[in-house]
Amino acid sequence: MNTTAQMPDASAAPGGDGPAKPRRDPAGTGRGTPRRPRSPQWAAWGFLAPVVAYLGLFYAYPLYRNIDLSLRDYTVRSFVQGGAPFTGLGNYRTVFRDPTFAPALEHTVVFTAVSLLFQYAAGLALAVFFSQHFRLSTTLRALFLVPWLLPLIVSASTWSWMLNSDSGIVNSTLGWAGIGPVNWLTSPSWSLASVIIANIWIGIPFNLVLLHSGLQAIPATLYEAAALDGANAWQRFWKVTFPLLRPVSAVTLLLGLVYTLKVFDIIWIMTKGGPSDSSTTFATWSYRLGFGTLLPQFGPGAAVGNILVVIALAFGLVYIRAQRKQMSS
Amino acid sequence: MSRTTRRRIALSLAVVVAASTAAACGSSSSGGSSGSAGGSGTYTVWDPYPQFDGSSDWAKLLDSCGTRAGVKIKRTAFDTTDLTNKTLLAAQQGNPPDVLVVDNPVVSTLADAGVLTSTAENKIDTSQVEPNLLAAGQLGGKSYGIPIGANTLALYYNKDILKAAGVAPASITDWASLTAALAKVKAAGKKGITFSAIGTEEGSFQFLPWFWGAGAQLTDLASARAVSAVTLWKDWLKKGYAPNSVINNTQTTSWQEFATGQYAFAENGTWQLANAKKAGFGYGTIAIPAASGGTAPAPTGGEFVTVPTQKDTGRYSTSDAIVSCLTDAKNLLATDTTLSYVAPTTAVQDQQVAADPALKVWVQAVHAAKGRTSDNLGTKYPKISEQLWDAVQAALTGSKSPKDALSAAQSAAR
Repeated sequence: MNTTAQMPDASAAPGGDGPAKPRRDPAGTGRGTPRRPRSPQWAAWGFLAPVVAYLGLFYAYPLYRNIDLSLRDYTVRSFVQGGAPFTGLGNYRTVFRDPTFAPALEHTVVFTAVSLLFQYAAGLALAVFFSQHFRLSTTLRALFLVPWLLPLIVSASTWSWMLNSDSGIVNSTLGWAGIGPVNWLTSPSWSLASVIIANIWIGIPFNLVLLHSGLQAIPATLYEAAALDGANAWQRFWKVTFPLLRPVSAVTLLLGLVYTLKVFDIIWIMTKGGPSDSSTTFATWSYRLGFGTLLPQFGPGAAVGNILVVIALAFGLVYIRAQRKQMSS
Repeated sequence: MSRTTRRRIALSLAVVVAASTAAACGSSSSGGSSGSAGGSGTYTVWDPYPQFDGSSDWAKLLDSCGTRAGVKIKRTAFDTTDLTNKTLLAAQQGNPPDVLVVDNPVVSTLADAGVLTSTAENKIDTSQVEPNLLAAGQLGGKSYGIPIGANTLALYYNKDILKAAGVAPASITDWASLTAALAKVKAAGKKGITFSAIGTEEGSFQFLPWFWGAGAQLTDLASARAVSAVTLWKDWLKKGYAPNSVINNTQTTSWQEFATGQYAFAENGTWQLANAKKAGFGYGTIAIPAASGGTAPAPTGGEFVTVPTQKDTGRYSTSDAIVSCLTDAKNLLATDTTLSYVAPTTAVQDQQVAADPALKVWVQAVHAAKGRTSDNLGTKYPKISEQLWDAVQAALTGSKSPKDALSAAQSAAR
């Protein structure tokens, strides 16, 4: 139903290989439990309990509630007083048949893909640029972090002022250059582009920071060796930097994907998903169903939220698989 | 899957069950403990006025009403749209506020959910309130609260611009004369009219005077009269009488546009009166004209003071005391002046007009106004409203013709 329910699941996915690893080596010793006295095992459970309780209370239970919400026919009355009838996949069927489904799916895919592509490309370019250690490099890098530090409501409201059709600075600049006004937020053909632009701007610092720290980990000797072998700057980037940055890139892109899939505030503040659903993604649609009208539709809202969770989970699994393959090779 | 993992899963499941039962117990016991406080202790009040902080007159009034009832008031202010959800969640958890001040179209939804007590249960006296205002809070013949004040929409105009364009405000009596006035204003180099057509309840609220003014009914969105109302707005946009930004305007941003002094007209509510005085140019108000003359029925806005259902029914008497204090004639006058609302009772309205004759237009507008959930629409209204604002947006952006947009809306709202 809500966005917080999506995060834990998605972020739990990459961690999912955590328990898998230790199992590999201490498996032999672990099997020998019958030999041991009982008390240490209770102590072990005792140490485990807080984590399990935490996971259960804050991750498993909300997720369970969200799935439960999506499988029942909730009205406002039954939401408050209980006793909503179980309808199986009825809410999912409603959602799939909704005329908003296809456009929302398309917008979610476009929004996520385009945002990720530009955020990553710009982040990588800036990271390579700042790894040169010129004067003021730290200061400039700090400036690039500003979008990340600003509260989203501030940056989104500022974007929506700048992109205002009649009094926005973007249109007045364009008008000065002789280009007619663009209805950034109020035209169905531009609204999605506008929220993507704002989202890219907000996402660049995240990519910059992660990729920059990844670059620090590449030993300088490799570049020296490549330079001695006669590689030019372009070749050094493609043959040394890019391949060695692959693990960091994968994490950056996966986290970026999860963050972008669930982006809600920027779109809601700038366009409310409109006009006429033209910038509606699954995240805003889920919110609108659950909270955006006077009469909440919790069931379908939770169903859309769960679809988002499943998408994020699927990409998490793809990532784990890719990482396993890389480790075994 | 090894035996250890299976055991691990079984254990975590057991913990989840234990945790959820613990959570359930926790919420019910907290509800019980607050209930056992009885007549004394702390009473919670939720309102949609985040603009008023702890030092505001409204907060002071709440405190003094609490003191008079012998209890302490804990006030929380929410954003209007947020308040409904917070209330539903709180009611589900069994700890709703004692007194809830909530937007009038939500009252029937909350009442239908069993969240609110009827005035028969909570003994609030509504006999003084005007029937057309009370109707918005009625469902199945019962009233679920008392309006704290009413507001509605009218047209603000900029005196200087109309004078320069040669338009007499009194000449605007129907849609044709209004459109003609907008044409003159545009010819004089100024901007015409601003309103809010955003894709939320605000958009429907602003569109309804034109919709009802055309003679259309909410039960039939696809009627020719409804199409004529959407077409009116669409033509204003097409001819440049209204800015394209109205599609994304809230009522606040629309007011900000008017406050720049570039616009001749703005459709807005009583709550902007205080800001209008600060605008720095001469302004006036006229009622929104109906299609063929006369005053269009505007939707009633404003909040109801309600008493949510409690496990401990003994709390109602104190809640009633607080609500009666908030809505007694003297406090009503003070509160409605702060909120710049029109009072819901004739007696207080007369006092308001005596103090400020300019309010006369608004009092008349409130008399003519109509509740959105009236006409027995109740909980059907939210669905209709969502389709209506979608249709208006689709028509204004040009993605559908007014007729197609409204036909689609009508079939979806059914």
